[in-house]
Amino acid sequence: MSEVELRFVLNGKPVRAFVKPNLTLLDLLRDDFKLTGTKKGCDRGDCGTCTVLLDEKPVNSCLILAPKVNGRKVTTIEGLGEASRLDPLQESFVNFKAVQCGFCSPGMLLVAKALLNENSHPSREEVKRAISGNLCRCTGYTQIIDAIMAAAERTTSR
Amino acid sequence: MKIEILQDSLCGCFQLVHLTLKHFQYFQVGSIEEAISLLEKHGEEAKIIAGGTDLVPKLKARETEPKYVVDISGIKDLNCIEDYREGLKVGAVTTYDTLNRSPLIMRKAPVLAEAAREVGNVQIRNLGTIGGNLANASPAADTVPPLIVSRANLKIIGPGKERLIPVENFFPSANASVLEKDELLADIQIPDMPANTGEAFIKLGRRAGPDLSIASVAVALTLDGDICKDVRIALGSVGPTALRARKTEDLLRGEKVERKVLEECSEIVANEIKPISDVRASAEHRIEVTKSLVRNAVQIAMSRGGRGR
Repeated sequence: MSEVELRFVLNGKPVRAFVKPNLTLLDLLRDDFKLTGTKKGCDRGDCGTCTVLLDEKPVNSCLILAPKVNGRKVTTIEGLGEASRLDPLQESFVNFKAVQCGFCSPGMLLVAKALLNENSHPSREEVKRAISGNLCRCTGYTQIIDAIMAAAERTTSR
Repeated sequence: MKIEILQDSLCGCFQLVHLTLKHFQYFQVGSIEEAISLLEKHGEEAKIIAGGTDLVPKLKARETEPKYVVDISGIKDLNCIEDYREGLKVGAVTTYDTLNRSPLIMRKAPVLAEAAREVGNVQIRNLGTIGGNLANASPAADTVPPLIVSRANLKIIGPGKERLIPVENFFPSANASVLEKDELLADIQIPDMPANTGEAFIKLGRRAGPDLSIASVAVALTLDGDICKDVRIALGSVGPTALRARKTEDLLRGEKVERKVLEECSEIVANEIKPISDVRASAEHRIEVTKSLVRNAVQIAMSRGGRGR
């Protein structure tokens, strides 16, 4: 079966891969690039835990055939911050205890990142709407929404 | 490994069986001609992909097993929203998110923007396309009722041929479209609405937020003073295909739309649909929901029309 050559920008770095076209972006990231921060939940576009940013926009990586990202820009949770230098959103999730099992956190953080990039001080309703494609089964959503609101305030007051 | 024995057991966390997709050859095409010639060559063994939000889950579930997948999402001619004749033209691979943000759609077909905003969630709206919503032909497709009340026509291109058909004639039966195996849905053409027309789209799912609708309604109502001069009402998820509520329209035409007339609308629309019961709602519930959605949507369309949009 013929493989497709892909070149794209992954977390800021140009990368190259040879893939079978029936591979999803999710499996490419997890299995080939070992970026396991992107989680596999429902694998059918319902739970949001596989969210990555494609050209800055949140998408479900389980619904994307890998060849589609050729020439484009993909950001995963590994591209958001580092252990020594967290993104303000990540700091805020820690401060507000918006993490319990952590499975939904990468997806939640990336939709929140995309929201704040576009709308630096969203209303609570806008935050709820933005994360409506991401399921959390532990904390409920209150701490997550609080954390995003606080991160927005912190970023804009700087 | 024997995994069949686990198939009746649900796992909410990590899924017992991760489906892999069958092998296929993938073509990322740059032009309509290229796509058509692949469709012509491979016929039923080829499938078109745009956003992938409907096709990829179907590939995983092995509901369809194409040997060739033709990705049309990169065709520039199919990615447009522009003034066209006395109206506008929307390319088939335009995403819901793009529709929702377009000032031109907001001005000329606000009911479509309203529906695009309600599709799925942000991740789906960034991928899914209007052409895919049509070609997938789900009775619950959110963009269909708005396109019906907007009198939209669909341009279909095949090898050396081209046709334009009203969106209402695109769906012969549930989950089916009139697209031949060598044809491609290219664009959606929406004529300008008459003056003093108000539009509205409302859908109800099982919960607020992303969900398939259990019923949806779109209305376009043209006012002459406070009289309903013309009206189109289209319903989604309450029949095998989206449908017009023609008797309800007849009742409204020529009337001053008051509370009594709105109540009558509810009764009449209940008699012109025969929804099914499924996992999302019972037939009875769908009828009750449709009654109130129609009443509310007519009222909203009327108030918008009155503001001279």
